Amino acid sequence: MHGRVKIKSTAQQEEEKRKEREKKLKIYVAARDACFSKRNEGVWDDEALQLTQQLLSSNPDFATLWNYRREILMHLETVKDEDEVQKIYEAELSFLESCLKVNPKSYGSWHHRGWVSARLPRPDWARELSLCDRCLSLDDRNFHCWDYRRMVVKMSGVPVDQELAFTDRLIGSNFSNYSSWHYRSTLLPLLHPESPEPPSPCREPPQTSPPPSPQTHSHRVCEEQLLKEYELVQNAFFTDPNDQSAWFYYRWLLGRAEREEMISCVYVSRDEERVAVAFSRPVNAQSVGLLLVLDGQPQRVEWRSVHPRFKHSPVWICDLPPGTINDISNEHNLTVHWTEKHTHRDCALYTGRAESWCRDSATDQELFRSELSVEKTSVLQSELQSVNQLQELEPLNKWCLLTIILLMRALDPLGYEKETLAHFQTLKEVDSMRSAYYSDLCSKFMIENTILKMEYAEVRVFSISDKNLTTLCHLDQLLLVTHINLSSNQLQQLPPQFAMLQCLEVLEADNNSIENLEGVYHLPKLEEVLLKNNKISTLADLQPLASCPKLKRLDLRGNPVAQTLNVESELAELLPSVTDLLL
Amino acid sequence: MAAEDLPSEFDVVILGTGLAESVVAAACSRVGQRVLHVDRRSYYAANWASFTFNGLLTWIQQHQEESPPEEAQDWSSLLEEGEELIYLSSSDSASISNLQVFCYTSEEDEEEEAQRPDAPNTTEEESEAADEDAVKETSETESSDSKDEETNQEAAEEQQATQAEGEEPEADQPHLSPAASQSEPTRKKISYAQLVKEGRRFNIDLVSKLMYSRGSLVDLLIKSNVSRYAEFKNVTRILTYRHGNVEQVPCSRADVFASRQLSVVEKRKLMRFLTSCVEETEEHQAYNGRPYLEFLCDQQLSDNLQHFLLHSIAMATEDTPTEEGLASTRHFLRCLGRYGNTPFLFPVYGLGEIPQCFSPPLPVSLQVSMVTVPPIAAGRPAVRMVELSPSTMTCIPGTYLVHLTCQSVGSAYEDLSPVVTRMFRTPESHDRENCPSVLWCLYFNMADGSGAEPEDHDLPSNVFVCSGPDAGLGHDHAIRQAESIFQKILPEEDFCPPAPNPEDIIYDGDNGSSSTAGGEEEAQEEAQEEAQEEAQEEAREEAQEEAREEPQEEKEVLEEASPPAEE
Repeated sequence: MHGRVKIKSTAQQEEEKRKEREKKLKIYVAARDACFSKRNEGVWDDEALQLTQQLLSSNPDFATLWNYRREILMHLETVKDEDEVQKIYEAELSFLESCLKVNPKSYGSWHHRGWVSARLPRPDWARELSLCDRCLSLDDRNFHCWDYRRMVVKMSGVPVDQELAFTDRLIGSNFSNYSSWHYRSTLLPLLHPESPEPPSPCREPPQTSPPPSPQTHSHRVCEEQLLKEYELVQNAFFTDPNDQSAWFYYRWLLGRAEREEMISCVYVSRDEERVAVAFSRPVNAQSVGLLLVLDGQPQRVEWRSVHPRFKHSPVWICDLPPGTINDISNEHNLTVHWTEKHTHRDCALYTGRAESWCRDSATDQELFRSELSVEKTSVLQSELQSVNQLQELEPLNKWCLLTIILLMRALDPLGYEKETLAHFQTLKEVDSMRSAYYSDLCSKFMIENTILKMEYAEVRVFSISDKNLTTLCHLDQLLLVTHINLSSNQLQQLPPQFAMLQCLEVLEADNNSIENLEGVYHLPKLEEVLLKNNKISTLADLQPLASCPKLKRLDLRGNPVAQTLNVESELAELLPSVTDLLL
Repeated sequence: MAAEDLPSEFDVVILGTGLAESVVAAACSRVGQRVLHVDRRSYYAANWASFTFNGLLTWIQQHQEESPPEEAQDWSSLLEEGEELIYLSSSDSASISNLQVFCYTSEEDEEEEAQRPDAPNTTEEESEAADEDAVKETSETESSDSKDEETNQEAAEEQQATQAEGEEPEADQPHLSPAASQSEPTRKKISYAQLVKEGRRFNIDLVSKLMYSRGSLVDLLIKSNVSRYAEFKNVTRILTYRHGNVEQVPCSRADVFASRQLSVVEKRKLMRFLTSCVEETEEHQAYNGRPYLEFLCDQQLSDNLQHFLLHSIAMATEDTPTEEGLASTRHFLRCLGRYGNTPFLFPVYGLGEIPQCFSPPLPVSLQVSMVTVPPIAAGRPAVRMVELSPSTMTCIPGTYLVHLTCQSVGSAYEDLSPVVTRMFRTPESHDRENCPSVLWCLYFNMADGSGAEPEDHDLPSNVFVCSGPDAGLGHDHAIRQAESIFQKILPEEDFCPPAPNPEDIIYDGDNGSSSTAGGEEEAQEEAQEEAQEEAQEEAREEAQEEAREEPQEEKEVLEEASPPAEE
């Protein structure tokens, strides 16, 4: 038919495209080789600059060429005057702009732009900022641009309030952008810092501890602004409760106190002539300047972590020189100094006592709440109310449920235990892909609650049976426990951290799925291990028990290993101290 | 192209340059048909036209003048074997009625103005009709029953209130916003003479339409590559009139997030409702036939939300059935976010651009607000208002162009002036010191073109009828009509197939291009040019009658005229 546009056949097109590609490749390879040989010869001329420009405009991710280009530019800096250099770099910036149009996420282009901007004799930061704005308006999650923008802001000293307004704008146009929220979280403490006299958050500072160090609160924001932020972020998660960026920002707002760094417990045992020290966070005792003073005399001791797997651990032990404290009629005073942090803890071992310890009786806030919040109870309470309101509308929203759980824990972990467990159950159903994560998190909270109950009861028995535990944590808090009951849970292992239970005498862990006993390692007082109905299948799995010198009673009934050939005689050889073996 | 080069044979003849006609013309020429596209008017696009202010005055004049019935010329001597003669209706004035013009701004003594005869004219006549210097003239309507099916149109240019207090100096704020912002200081009122003098800078559409960003028109413009001939901008915001205030309608996710009128719980409910609308559910079907409003009530949505959803998002009335309301809501939602925070696009230079895009390739920060005004009293129509800022190139700086459209109940003046009085400062309005004042306004009724179905006419099988603009906000009716006509003419062909990649066009061949006069390089443009060739050939085989027929049945029209349902 007439008048119709003629279109080439597909085969014809393919052939032409192939030829075209071949031609391009030939040119490209030739130019690349020319560049490489020039570089090898140390030539830094305009021709090289042009060659690299041609290559980079078709492939802006050729890092070697950018490097070569920088060498050339640095050379030119030495031979040209400032105005010329300025011109060269300005041309470089417009060249880079065209590269970024080809690939707005090119590492090479953005890096080079940062380099050029930093070397430009008379930088035009306003132009750079507007470039970033244009780029972010096309893709507000381009992290290369965000990175570059942060550099520009830093170099040009954009006022913090302007930057905060910038995040307002970005969040307003699309709040599903964690980059903006995060940027906000870095700006707010600068613009609205918490007043130096904190209006006493709900936790009463322990009388003995020093006032919070400045860095503990450096990321906090004054209350007036915080309330505004709560409102903003609530608007976001009520509008779209499935968007995680708002929820993460909310978690940040609710606060995350840093626990005070301290020696939380010193334990000394006369029989083993051993000292165990627990810290508020994992440390490497060999490098933090730990000093042990016994009756006024500094001691030379070897600190070791409870398990060879740990370089950092919250619990460290050392053996005292033989004969220093073994006379039961003597009283001893022990001090452990954490010189790096200017803190120490004393412990007195009285006459007639086989062991002694010193620790603060921990409250729930000190132990666990710090993970969520240092906010006022009233603030948390009203936040819990509004999130509950959302939950009524969206009963199956996982972010909402999880936030409720966290708020409840911050408010009253024991009081809300029942609700928490119910919410966890819903969470596992609505978000089955992460049910193992929720199980672990729930285990953690159950352990925390059990520790709190144990603290209140002032006993050394830790019993947490039949709670669907899938993991163990906070084991450093169980340094003094003598009797642990983990029966009827879903544990698969006693991890290396389990070795922190330095005072353990009885371990009950019947009816779990334990396959691995790695953590039952060098427990000096352990006498009884009850592992009925678990999944221990080989003798090698029992190997760690051999390091526990006082082990007498071992129950392995209902484990695959009980069925192996010659198990009894092999066990007798492996664990000579065991006198009471149940298979 | 010189006259002697004009082709003398055509495959398709198209009379009239309205939207549907232009789309058919473009579609036919794109697949290689020889098309003769003619219009008896001196301007493009018939009732889809866009005028300068002066052009609009001429148009008004034409409609006000009683055109003497043309003597039907006898063409029968030119008839050849097997041909028959069909007479076109003599004038299209029938589609426009109840034309009234009001001028509220000072005339200034510029006696020599070319348009001067028009202005005094209006003043005189108005003094008889009402009290102010406005004019009222009702053109004769051919069929008296057509009145009720008409679309009321009103175009008002107004200047902003000179001293609004407590304004937010927000530069991008359309002045109809709740805050009644006006960043510029006291300004001299623009005179009528000035409007006339700068009249060429106006582009006033006869019909007020917005393009749904996923509507059939936008899809067609993109598919057929016509979009490059015009520039489109996203409508800035959607507002609604409620409790005497203009409020922003939160319709996108970002709007809902930023809204200060909604509580967080309302935000959640609104978002959840909008999300749940997208897919049809059994619950939705259970409401078929029952009012959408009832469905909204049962969703436990607050009054606020019901208002937004009913009037602004579905653009429905209280009696609209649920299935229709949901369909409109879905269409609205599908269009959201394609190009911005509202579902609508507006072509820079006005809607009159669109038909022209399909014909000749013409060389070719915007603020548009749409306001939905629910019926202000029982029995009154719901009014749709589109405010265009000077950045749309439709009016001069210092003015805004506002279109108000509704389904007719009475005459355009009766239906629309109460809304104008409430929203703007006119001599009739009271306590509206902070409202923008009206400079000049025009009321008229236009017949709803969606009623003219080809079946209504006793026409030969190769003659098809396009209708004029319909009352809907989008263009779907005209595009659907164009597509269906095209498929009747050329059942084997694709409707507006995508333009080929320029790289893939063969330029060296010379076979099969007998009708293209220009070089091969212009192959694509040629297709466009053919559509505009104006020759005095008579329609032979395939003719298309351009008709501005009045709708036949009232009921049918009313249904058709409601917002376009999803295709």
